[in-house]
Amino acid sequence: MSDIAERVKKIVVEHLSVEEDKVTENASFIDDLGADSLDTVELVMAFEEEFGIEIPDDAAETIQTFGDAVKFIKEAQ
Amino acid sequence: MFDLTGKSALVTGASGGIGAEIARALHGAGATVALSGTRVEPLEALAAEMGARAHVLACNLSDAQAVEALPKQAVDAMGAVDILVNNAGITRDNLFMRMSDAEWADVIEVNLTSTMRLCRGVVRGMMKARWGRIVNISSIVGATGNPGQGNYAASKAGMVGMSKSLAYEVASRGITVNCIAPGFIETAMTDKLNDEQKGKILGQIPAGRMGTPAEIAAAALYLASAEAGYVTGATLHVNGGMAMI
Repeated sequence: MSDIAERVKKIVVEHLSVEEDKVTENASFIDDLGADSLDTVELVMAFEEEFGIEIPDDAAETIQTFGDAVKFIKEAQ
Repeated sequence: MFDLTGKSALVTGASGGIGAEIARALHGAGATVALSGTRVEPLEALAAEMGARAHVLACNLSDAQAVEALPKQAVDAMGAVDILVNNAGITRDNLFMRMSDAEWADVIEVNLTSTMRLCRGVVRGMMKARWGRIVNISSIVGATGNPGQGNYAASKAGMVGMSKSLAYEVASRGITVNCIAPGFIETAMTDKLNDEQKGKILGQIPAGRMGTPAEIAAAALYLASAEAGYVTGATLHVNGGMAMI
C-alpha cells in the first residue's frame, strides 16, 4: 500500500474509531464505516491538513469511499 | 465560576453599548478579546481601557469580503476563536407598507447574513478544538414583533432558527450555539426615545425599568462559559419580564 493510502487510513481509523481491516478500497465512509455527514466534513478537513491541499466542496462530495479519497489526494498532489 | 482564562473571543459591534459591555465581561473573566466594529476610535479606546489581551479588528459587516476575512484575522491576532459573539446590528425602521427593498436587504445583510458568515467562518476551528461557544444577540422583537420593524424583527427571528439548526449540527463536537434576546436596554439606541415613548415602554415592563448592558453581558458570559456546556439551541430572554416566553 502506498504511503498516501497508509496516511489516509490512519486518519480514517482515528476519526471514525473503526478497525483498520474495515478500511478497504471500496469501504464507504457513511454506509460501511459509520460516519455521519459531519464526520465526512471533518475527514476532508483532516485530509486537507495532512496533505497540504485544498479540497473544494464539490470535489469533497465525490469522496465517498476510502479508495475515492486516496485517488483524489494522489491526483491533487 | 465562569473563568475564561486561555480562551479567545471575537465580539462584533464592540463599539456599541451592549457589545462593549460583553467584551468587558469576557475580558474580565480572563479571555483574550478581538473587538470588531465599523468605528475604530471607540474600539481603540476600549482596547486601551482593557490593556493586555485586547485586539481591534475593524470590519464593515455589510461588506461580504470583509466579513469572510474577519475570522481569519481574529485567528491571526489571537491564535484561535473559541467564543464568537455576534452582537452587531442595525435598524432601518419603517412602516411595512413603506419599507423599501434596500431597507429590508440592509438589515437582513448585516444582522442575519453576516452572522451566518461569521458562524461558518469560526466553526471549523471550533470543530477541530472540540470546544466552541457561539452567542448570537437576537432581540425580544424577534419573538414578539414590533410595528415599524418588520425587517429588524425578521432578522432577529431568523437568527434564532439559524442558531438552532447550527446547534443541532455541532452539538456532538462540544460546540454550543445560543441566542440572547434583550428587551429594552439603556443604550444610544434607546436614548433617542422621548419621555412619552419611554413611559409607554416602561409601563409594559414588570421590572419597571430598562435593562443595563451589564445585564446582557452577564448572560453572554454565562453562555460563553464552560459551565454552560449543556445549554445549546436556547434563547435566553433578558427583558425584565416584558415578554415571558
